Amino acid sequence: MIALLLRDLRLAVRAGGGFGLGLAFFLIVVVLVPFGVGPQTELLSRIAPGILWVASLLAALLSLDRIFALDYEDGSLALLATSPLPMEGAAMMKALAHWITTGLPLTLAAPALGFLLSLAPEAYAYLLISLLIGTPALSMIGTFGAALTIGLRRGGLLLSLLVLPLYVPTLIFGAEAVRRGADGLDPTGALMLMAGITAGSFALLPFATAAVLRINLR
Amino acid sequence: MSMWEYANPKRFMGWTRPVLPWTFGLAGVCLVVGLVWGFFFTPDDFRQGSTVKIIYLHVPSALMAINAWIMMLVASLIWVVRRHHVSALAARAAAPVGVVFTLIALFTGGVWGQPMWGTYWAWDPRLTSFLILFLFYLGYIALWEAIEDPDTAADLTAVLCMVGSVFAILSRYAVLFWNQGLHQGATLSLDKEENISDVFWFPLLVCIAGFVLLFIALVLMRTRTEIRARRIRALEARARRA
Repeated sequence: MIALLLRDLRLAVRAGGGFGLGLAFFLIVVVLVPFGVGPQTELLSRIAPGILWVASLLAALLSLDRIFALDYEDGSLALLATSPLPMEGAAMMKALAHWITTGLPLTLAAPALGFLLSLAPEAYAYLLISLLIGTPALSMIGTFGAALTIGLRRGGLLLSLLVLPLYVPTLIFGAEAVRRGADGLDPTGALMLMAGITAGSFALLPFATAAVLRINLR
Repeated sequence: MSMWEYANPKRFMGWTRPVLPWTFGLAGVCLVVGLVWGFFFTPDDFRQGSTVKIIYLHVPSALMAINAWIMMLVASLIWVVRRHHVSALAARAAAPVGVVFTLIALFTGGVWGQPMWGTYWAWDPRLTSFLILFLFYLGYIALWEAIEDPDTAADLTAVLCMVGSVFAILSRYAVLFWNQGLHQGATLSLDKEENISDVFWFPLLVCIAGFVLLFIALVLMRTRTEIRARRIRALEARARRA
């Protein structure tokens, strides 16, 4: 399992892996918003939690099809299926590798971009915590979606239609936690619900993902 | 002789042929009686006026929107466990019907909400979860359409249906989870205290029965169509090989 994780990480970081692309996309989306709504500071700081969460969600979505596509094409996914490692474990490791290569950099970059959107100073800690808790769920749900659309030629649009509704609860609670932090309220409730979503998706979705992968490799 | 024998496509076609007109007829009678009774022979609510009458469309369609997904879940489970093709086709056939019921519920809710809440739409938990349910239906149908191999499509959509049922159940109980929303609590519970008064209750029951029967009739008809479409495809494949 660890070997698989390290292999995926190495593949992502080396040339052609598209490691920085998600991060650059995140930056572009966040920079586009002030152009769209105008540069008033108080308006931006009010919508900043929502924008940062929506942008990180889209950035995570953008990199989903890379999770399985290359492995499926060159046949290493079939090798994985015949290896002694259970598919559920492989699915979880794939999600974890996706999180380390997109979710974690997004989380670390978000405070800097919050600065661009003049996010309230009290909210930075909660932004960091909420993204840290929430992005693993995005990766796991996305891995399930990627596994569903693996054999399709134009799966990208379908993937977003399938995955985005599943992202909604995470988005609601994530943005809610940051907003409460910015308003000086107690965000623990939203953070705990989000942690529940993450834990639940990591507990259940590897099984669904593995089942879907087996069907697709049949 | 077990109940599974009715799932044989030939038998299914056999018993649904006589049953179908009766189901449609009963659904029509229930809907006409329920709606006419509800629209013309019930008093106006003392606070809501005549807008209360939209309940006869809104509640049954919302109910069926969620129950259609539950039915798809059961059909998908039967497909996964027992590999009955008719069951997978019934799940496929139910999805567009569910979409229409969800749309009716959203639309009538908006029409009722405008005079009552002062807005067509609010980001209330119940409303939002219904919108997500609608998106799920679309994704489910799109996945069926996108995959060519029918067995793979049935398997993958079955898994998607199971994952999505979390949301169907969530939108069923959203009113109970979050009570700060605009949407009111349950109108139909077995608890008499919470319930609406009998004057509205009986025509509503008839309407619900009508919607359930209509759903069954539409799903049976669409499943028959799917079976025929598959037979045609099999015949064409055989003709090409010969």
